Amino acid sequence: MADAAGSAAPGASAARDAVTRPPRYVEAVARALHDELAADDDVVVIGVDVGAAGGAYGATRGLYERFGPERVLDTPIAEAGVLGAAVGAAMAGLRPVVEIMYMDFLTVCLDPIVNQAAKLPYMTAGGVAMPIVFRTQTGGGRSSGAQHSQSLEAMLAHVPGLKVFLPGDARDAYDLLRAAVRDDGPVVVVENRRLYNRRADDFDRRAPLPPGRARVVRAGSAATVVAWGRMVDEVGRALDGDERLASAGVELIDLRTLVPLDLDTVAASVLKTGRALIVHEAVADFGPGAELAARIDERLRFDVEGPIRRLGARRAPVPYSPALEAEVLPGAPRIAEAIRALLES
Amino acid sequence: MSAPRAEDVVAMARIRAFERQVSRAFKDGRIPGFVHVSIGQEAVAAGVCGALERRDMITTTHRGHGHCLAKGADAGAMMAELFGRADGTCGGKGGSMHIADTSVGVLGANGIVGAGLPLAVGAALAARLRGSGAVAVAFAGEGTVHGGSFHEALGLAALWEVPVLFVIENNRFAEFTDSDAIWRGAPLLERARGYGLAAAERIDGNDVAVVRAAAVEAVAALRAGGGPRLLEAMTYRHHGHYEGDPAAYRDEAETAAWLERDPLEIARRALAADGRADVVDAALAAAEAEMDAAVAAALAAPEPALASALEHVDG
Repeated sequence: MADAAGSAAPGASAARDAVTRPPRYVEAVARALHDELAADDDVVVIGVDVGAAGGAYGATRGLYERFGPERVLDTPIAEAGVLGAAVGAAMAGLRPVVEIMYMDFLTVCLDPIVNQAAKLPYMTAGGVAMPIVFRTQTGGGRSSGAQHSQSLEAMLAHVPGLKVFLPGDARDAYDLLRAAVRDDGPVVVVENRRLYNRRADDFDRRAPLPPGRARVVRAGSAATVVAWGRMVDEVGRALDGDERLASAGVELIDLRTLVPLDLDTVAASVLKTGRALIVHEAVADFGPGAELAARIDERLRFDVEGPIRRLGARRAPVPYSPALEAEVLPGAPRIAEAIRALLES
Repeated sequence: MSAPRAEDVVAMARIRAFERQVSRAFKDGRIPGFVHVSIGQEAVAAGVCGALERRDMITTTHRGHGHCLAKGADAGAMMAELFGRADGTCGGKGGSMHIADTSVGVLGANGIVGAGLPLAVGAALAARLRGSGAVAVAFAGEGTVHGGSFHEALGLAALWEVPVLFVIENNRFAEFTDSDAIWRGAPLLERARGYGLAAAERIDGNDVAVVRAAAVEAVAALRAGGGPRLLEAMTYRHHGHYEGDPAAYRDEAETAAWLERDPLEIARRALAADGRADVVDAALAAAEAEMDAAVAAALAAPEPALASALEHVDG
């Protein structure tokens, strides 16, 4: 770890932190990449500013110095060509981890993801392997504007062949990224930049969970709230911010991965509580919450007490003004309101 | 005019016979979907792939049957794939536009114009980083060169100094559009050199001896670490863009002139000068018999098991 993120961190106190405190989310990403690069010569990291610069948010800090320009490749700002080359490299034996700096930029390079990586293993009946990871990050709420803030995981999960991982804390950022690199199919890992500085206090105590396993973050029997990414934390803030809610017995589930989907854990919880709310940063309309609500309904139609509810961003591009952005994105106050309504249903 | 190698004539004859069978079977309604044949362009596939080794890799286009055959994909399995059968190269899940066989270095035909170019750059990057000694070839049409993937692929190839050869088959038409009519600015070779490629050359794409010589030189340079290169092979497709396209956009006199320059006829004339004109006929006769058998086998092959529709979805 000290090699990956600690040694390049500025100042002696940061270096001390790296050995005495659990890693920040962004350091966990760098550590996972470091450990995979060290474990397997076929792993390469490719992307804009991932090399000498250490990544736009420091997620690849120290890797270039340790592994050199042949394993950590800086590229021009040419996402479609870069991702296409990464797909070809995966077909020819490498295990590329290619970065798309902001999730919004996926839209300029969808062909290599959707038409190539996701479809080629299928179209060749398994004739080509596709061990490729598309690393990207999102994170509305900091006035980054509509082209640097969108959550597009529904679009990705809709494409057969793509796996979609959305780590909600540093432990999962490490475990899910390593699992993604080990996967022989294409995986999109969606980080959240607003979590990058957070540490998971239980980093060293928590056993790694594989993809496709949701995690019960808080146990309860009154209602089920399902979230992922930063919304797990935001739901926690909503619960903690209201004494009545904090003691109401709300079970909070971090889904961790949309594909594969751990419906069993969600269904077991909803069977117990009879109430379900899905919270995500993506726009609610045609969003992942709709799919989850339908799946829960299909399985538990006669065991759910009220309608399955979902809370996502309002139907607008993410606005710039802090006031407007707070109006559009789901935050703790709206989440608390939704949970109160859920409990009263 | 130098005489072609017999093996290149055989490769061209096999492509011609394969494509004729495909054209007939499509017309008869026995092949579903979309089919694009490469009749008239056989010399490019035969000459370039003739210069490659099994470990080398290619990406190709919607018009890729010839490249796949010349690179060593099994004709019977390819035919079965076109018929959508279980014995096909891809179990009937790919079809004409998606034939692939990585065991012989065919990373795949591709239904997206331009998509194969960056793929080949990445394959060449893998070859260089893994020290395999292999090279990659990206086949693409001249209709591809306006799109972003062409420009990004050339730029990355030059930047990473990877052993990739871009082979642009200029068959005069981008689907139904005269390629000259949609061109402004610097010619292709100048554009390619502008990205820092080591060499860019226009060649007669209908003379397989010329194509072979240019490809041998390019591949040797790539293996010596010489950086990416481009060949523009001038050729002509005898059929329309897809099977069934009446190709009303073509000039009859131009078509007639190109038919005179049929790559198999050019080979025949060159060989006749050496008193070996029979090489072409013998190759065509053998290829016709082989492809007749391939069609018969494809027709006899089983339909895919329905359960396979949901297999290989997640890698």
